Amino acid sequence: MLRRTILSALLAALALAPAVTMAADTPGVTATEIKIGNTNPYSGPASAYGTIGKALGAYFKKVNEEGGINGRKINYVTYDDAYSPPKTVEMVRKLVEQDQVALLFQTLGTPTNTAIHKYMNQQKVPHIFVATGATKWNDPKNHAWTMGWQPNYQTEGRIYANYILKNVPDAKIGILYQNDDYGKDYRKGLHDGLGEAAAKKMIVMEQTYEVTDPTIDSQIVNLKNSGANVFFNVTIPKFAVQAIKKAHDIGWKPLHLLNNVSSSLGTTLKPAGLEASKGLITALYMKEITDPQWKNDKGYLDWVAWMKKYYPEGALDDQANAYAYSVAQTLVQVLKQCGNDLSRENIMKQAASLKNLELPLLLPGIKINTSATDFAPIEQEQLARFDGERWVLFGELYDAAKR
Amino acid sequence: MEIFFQQVVSGLATGGIYGSVALALVMIYQATDVVNYAQGEMAMFSTYIAWTLINAGVPYWWAFFGTLVISFVGGVLLERVIIRPVESAPILTIVIVCIGLLVILNSVAGWIYSYIQKPFPSPFPPKPIMLGTVVFGAHDLGAIGVTLVVLALLYAFFRFTTLGLAMRAAAQNPVSSRLCGIRVGWMLAIGWGLAAMVGAVAGMMVAPIVFLDPNMMAGILIYAFASATLGGFTSPGGAVVGGLIVGVIENLVGTYVHFIGTELKLTVALALILIVLVFKPSGLFGRATIHRV
Repeated sequence: MLRRTILSALLAALALAPAVTMAADTPGVTATEIKIGNTNPYSGPASAYGTIGKALGAYFKKVNEEGGINGRKINYVTYDDAYSPPKTVEMVRKLVEQDQVALLFQTLGTPTNTAIHKYMNQQKVPHIFVATGATKWNDPKNHAWTMGWQPNYQTEGRIYANYILKNVPDAKIGILYQNDDYGKDYRKGLHDGLGEAAAKKMIVMEQTYEVTDPTIDSQIVNLKNSGANVFFNVTIPKFAVQAIKKAHDIGWKPLHLLNNVSSSLGTTLKPAGLEASKGLITALYMKEITDPQWKNDKGYLDWVAWMKKYYPEGALDDQANAYAYSVAQTLVQVLKQCGNDLSRENIMKQAASLKNLELPLLLPGIKINTSATDFAPIEQEQLARFDGERWVLFGELYDAAKR
Repeated sequence: MEIFFQQVVSGLATGGIYGSVALALVMIYQATDVVNYAQGEMAMFSTYIAWTLINAGVPYWWAFFGTLVISFVGGVLLERVIIRPVESAPILTIVIVCIGLLVILNSVAGWIYSYIQKPFPSPFPPKPIMLGTVVFGAHDLGAIGVTLVVLALLYAFFRFTTLGLAMRAAAQNPVSSRLCGIRVGWMLAIGWGLAAMVGAVAGMMVAPIVFLDPNMMAGILIYAFASATLGGFTSPGGAVVGGLIVGVIENLVGTYVHFIGTELKLTVALALILIVLVFKPSGLFGRATIHRV
């Protein structure tokens, strides 16, 4: 009898064993906790983005209060890297080697993520939903442990090219772009989208700026003088407001294509002046939270309620807080799909198995899909024109995966 | 040729910005003999104070002068509380304290006002002035005008008032000044107050162009250093002229010298600092200072 009890107890233990060992095998995962690492610029030149890191923490607080994911609470560890790649390397090594996180989530910035790209893939630690739109994060063949989230900049560049070819046959295009990977990705997207012959014929001037430049007035003057009737504006909000205002002030009225990076009403258009912003065209994938058309939308109202409860010090007119909310929801979905198998392999596998995931703050109709060969979660965007008050969506949803 | 003139005009406009910040740098150097790396952030902070006042419904010019008073008091307090304890420490200590102040002011501004950029009103009409095909921004011209007025006031202050003379004496020869009955400590504090005021003017003139955010001054400060070095750290007029020269050179080189282009504009400013320091350390208009060692 005793033997039988022991035997059955042993059998029961064996049956449970796989789940237990699996959890114990992955650093940062216990029966009650999943440890997640992150770096964000809480200080330094890009500190405006620091709110993303804080909002992520606020979202995980909500998840934990509601019982966590499959019984596990999220332990979110985030460090300041000041947007400085060497510091990112230092902090990420600390996260992986000392803090023993299960995965790295939403590390922010193109140069910073570039610095840890190789390391993460050598260590085989999930490096997912990075906060940058560079194209290189979608490379499952060579970098199977890294994945982006937002539509990449090249795709967006191609959307504008598509629009120009269809609507402005006599286009003379002037480009202003930031002189780094981010700006060059957009530029390449536009060039590729136009095709070699059209690009050569249509692009009349390209100007760059450095993040350290105080103003871009000189570049705008040159672009106006080139006779361009299409202005492709690839700038971060700080310079986008200057460009919009300066073009307006000197009476230059081209078809103004503004990159999604700076499409926020709160951070760009309102400071630049709504009158000067009239007629701007951009490509969107998220609901713009300061846009009055969403003020009764359920997704928006839920977001506001969450902000007020969990992140009251965060700004309600900062799109970055809506971005953080959405990307955190994507991670929660991945972890839910993992079930009890939180091995690093399975986390990557589930991140690459998202099917038609819709999020409350993405534009209606946009679905997140990933696969073993597709590490680009959001690939749909829609063009919108600013009418002086709100972004008016037009045309159909552009789907990069279908082209 | 039109593009040439337009670039010169645009260069003068940005040069005016550099000049006004450079003026604040020179001001504090003259009054206290230290280079204040936190000057840009102090100006940024003052501008936020003005923004707060304007948003509370205070008319522009009231807010403008109110900010000057608050900045003056703030500058004096900074000197009394933070600089005073390290006054006689080696220069490196003061430099590091200033850099610490820079980081603190930047973060505090971000904490209070967030990093979202804000439009800042200009007291000048929004309509640009056309001269042939060349466009002048009314604010750009106005800002240069304001900088020149500040310059004239400073010149008069340091040259013709007892207080101004006492301050110069206190900065250049503390020991003798003290023996003459000048309260050196307070002179330094007033110097910080005045520099904070000049910085506030610069901030309020810059913000309508580059928009107000906590990192507004980061790029400008480097060019302001180039301007002050070019004009001479001992010459307020030189700082303003230096600013205008840097602004114009930067634009013309960026437009016409293709291997430099817009990519190496900052390098031009840094190279300028280096060249001036090597060949004429006192700058174009500065006096060579001789220290007995």
